[in-house]
Amino acid sequence: MPTHSTKITKPKLIVRDLNFYYGTERALKDVNMTIPEKMVTAFIGPSGCGKSTILRTFNRMYQLYPKQKATGEVLLDGENILDKKQDLNMLRAKVGMVFQKPTPFPMSIYDNIAFGVKLYERLSRYDMDERVEWALSKAALWTEAKDKLKKNGTSLSGGQQQRLCIARAIAVKPQVLLLDEPTSALDPISTAHIEKLINELKTDFTIVIVTHNMQQAARVSDFTAYMYLGNLIEFGDTSTLFTNPKHKETEDYITGRFG
Amino acid sequence: MLTLYARRRLINALSLGVSILAMLFGLFWLGWILWTLLANGLQGLNLNLFTQMTPPPGSQGGLLNAIAGSLMMTFIATLIGTPIGILAGTYLAEFGQRGWLAPATRFINDVLLSAPSIVIGLFVYEIYVIKIGHFSGWAGAFALSIIVIPVVIRTTENMLRLVPNTLREAAAALGTPQWKIINFVTLRAARAGILTGILLAVARISGETAPLLFTSLNNQFWSSDLNQPMANLPVVIFQFAMSPYADWQSLAWAGALLITVSVLTLNILARVLFRQTVPSH
Repeated sequence: MPTHSTKITKPKLIVRDLNFYYGTERALKDVNMTIPEKMVTAFIGPSGCGKSTILRTFNRMYQLYPKQKATGEVLLDGENILDKKQDLNMLRAKVGMVFQKPTPFPMSIYDNIAFGVKLYERLSRYDMDERVEWALSKAALWTEAKDKLKKNGTSLSGGQQQRLCIARAIAVKPQVLLLDEPTSALDPISTAHIEKLINELKTDFTIVIVTHNMQQAARVSDFTAYMYLGNLIEFGDTSTLFTNPKHKETEDYITGRFG
Repeated sequence: MLTLYARRRLINALSLGVSILAMLFGLFWLGWILWTLLANGLQGLNLNLFTQMTPPPGSQGGLLNAIAGSLMMTFIATLIGTPIGILAGTYLAEFGQRGWLAPATRFINDVLLSAPSIVIGLFVYEIYVIKIGHFSGWAGAFALSIIVIPVVIRTTENMLRLVPNTLREAAAALGTPQWKIINFVTLRAARAGILTGILLAVARISGETAPLLFTSLNNQFWSSDLNQPMANLPVVIFQFAMSPYADWQSLAWAGALLITVSVLTLNILARVLFRQTVPSH
């Protein structure tokens, strides 16, 4: 494992006094943190701790549901994305997301990738072919999928579907990639594929991953945030957090005494 | 004294027996109906049925005008009812989370869904047939379309609700505007189910008699003019089966067989379609 302590980082997302409400229930409590650019930041913690919730504020996914709201600030390159004036579609073009369950659209593998690209760019047939190949190669799916691009996305296996979703997300060339427990529905081999992929993708993208699996966080991330009951308990360099946690709660959780 | 386990087995055997009996009872009547239809309808089934008009009693004839009329009115009713039904169903499933309009619409639609078809016939008679002064194919098609709409609304809403929310979120996460999410993702995912609903609606209206009695009535001759009374299978069957003439009765049986076979085909087609493309979870 590389030593993380010497890393020089530039902030990508700055979270200030973030609070989140499901109706009247407060799910995030005054969270403050800085997520560095082109690194992998992992959120861990027991179920209901708010790790998925915070991820869903970064692309304002919660906006689909009328009873959910966030207060505070989330600055993406210095701009507050929680601002009412923020255009949601433009935000989501910059901040892509991959979900727990693979979600291929009911269309061909090719169209799954092209769908998002067409929202923002008018490409010639040739350029689109190139973009699809680029995205599928980045997601390590090209060799498996190149002969069946016209086939329905649902015809792929679960692990392949998840890589298709990653390809779809990166095809629009976002800056940040949010991964919400991306391997929890997958078998160990597919999981290994995706973890390797995350490692490669961080040269181009800022990656934020939520995971139930502490070993996974330790394997893939540069920084780790431990959350509990809506509070950010500890946030720091992954190797430091796992070997030498500052807080008792973090230590209890990572040593398996709790959660 | 029975042990608990033996008792459980006994109850299981008993319930299974009763269920099988109930199933046999239902199938028995269905089988009888189909048998009677085949026995009486097959002898009237010949090429004349599809090439000649409905005859006066005592002469040769077929059902061509009635078949054509039924097809035309069913087609137009589906053409009117399907887009309205799909749009309304989409509204209920995709936008109907807040406000009072959607629950009210849903309730009225349920009422319409179970409204007796004769009421719908009378309604169109009152607002259209009386106004223009005569029965017509258009009136028949309108009455049938009123039956199509609630069926399509209901299936569209149900099928869209089966589409997992994660799919909507995934599309939204790419920055897709809502109209594109609905058009290209959710409606597409529910496509097979919605098509099934349309086929079932067509099957439903192809046997409706009551609404046509008050609207298109009947026509002894060939007519493709929708402004004129129009022949159709259900009303011809009604008229011919009640008549004392043997050749008319035979035509009525043949017509009944035709309708049943086409409804059966539509239903089987709908099932096959639905099974093929039920979303895999």
